[in-house]
Amino acid sequence: MSATINLPTILRGHAGGSRTIEVTGSTVGEVFDHVSRDFPKLGEQLSSPDGGLPVFMNVFVDDEDIRYLAGLDTTVDDHTEITILPAVAGG
Amino acid sequence: MIRADHQILEAMLSHAENCHPEESCGLLAMDESGRIRMAYPLTNSLRSSTNYTIEPHEHFKALRHAEAQGWEIGGVFHSHPHSAAHPSPTDVRLAPDPEWLYVVIGMEDRPVVRGFRIIQGQIHDEPITFEKRTRQ
Repeated sequence: MSATINLPTILRGHAGGSRTIEVTGSTVGEVFDHVSRDFPKLGEQLSSPDGGLPVFMNVFVDDEDIRYLAGLDTTVDDHTEITILPAVAGG
Repeated sequence: MIRADHQILEAMLSHAENCHPEESCGLLAMDESGRIRMAYPLTNSLRSSTNYTIEPHEHFKALRHAEAQGWEIGGVFHSHPHSAAHPSPTDVRLAPDPEWLYVVIGMEDRPVVRGFRIIQGQIHDEPITFEKRTRQ
């Protein structure tokens, strides 16, 4: 399986400036493992010390937030679009 | 210098007034020239007068809409219900993208709208001109 990942502007520099990247994997977690292998700096942004998703990072599979699906175990297929959105916050 | 239609200003001010005394927040879409084309008034999921977090699914929908128009999400706006139109230390700490425009609406006395870039913890003024268009 090969999913398309849509990257926000702030993370594109970690992927050669690309707006999208194609990454293999059958779950979001596997896809992110492959991202870490191919783009280590980008992978650092997608993992937390406990192995989960950083709380400030929102990930959508097609139109759904993976926190309301199966998290990193959410399955992906060849037509899946994964969108990464860092939380926008302030005070 | 950033340019935008006056309607963008009106949308941001209206959202700030509607959310008061909580902080309002939303996203800004830009076209290829850097002109602000849309202000998306969104939900502050914290419902706080001192902090905001944009509701993630609304963020996603705004992104989808902007992309469908050929725009890019390139900025965020939020209000300070009880302080000036200047980024707070929290704004600076949580501002990750040096390319984004950060618009702050100070609601202290009368509403004041100012734009900034936040680059490596440093605040830089980014003036915005809101243009009133006359119908032909």
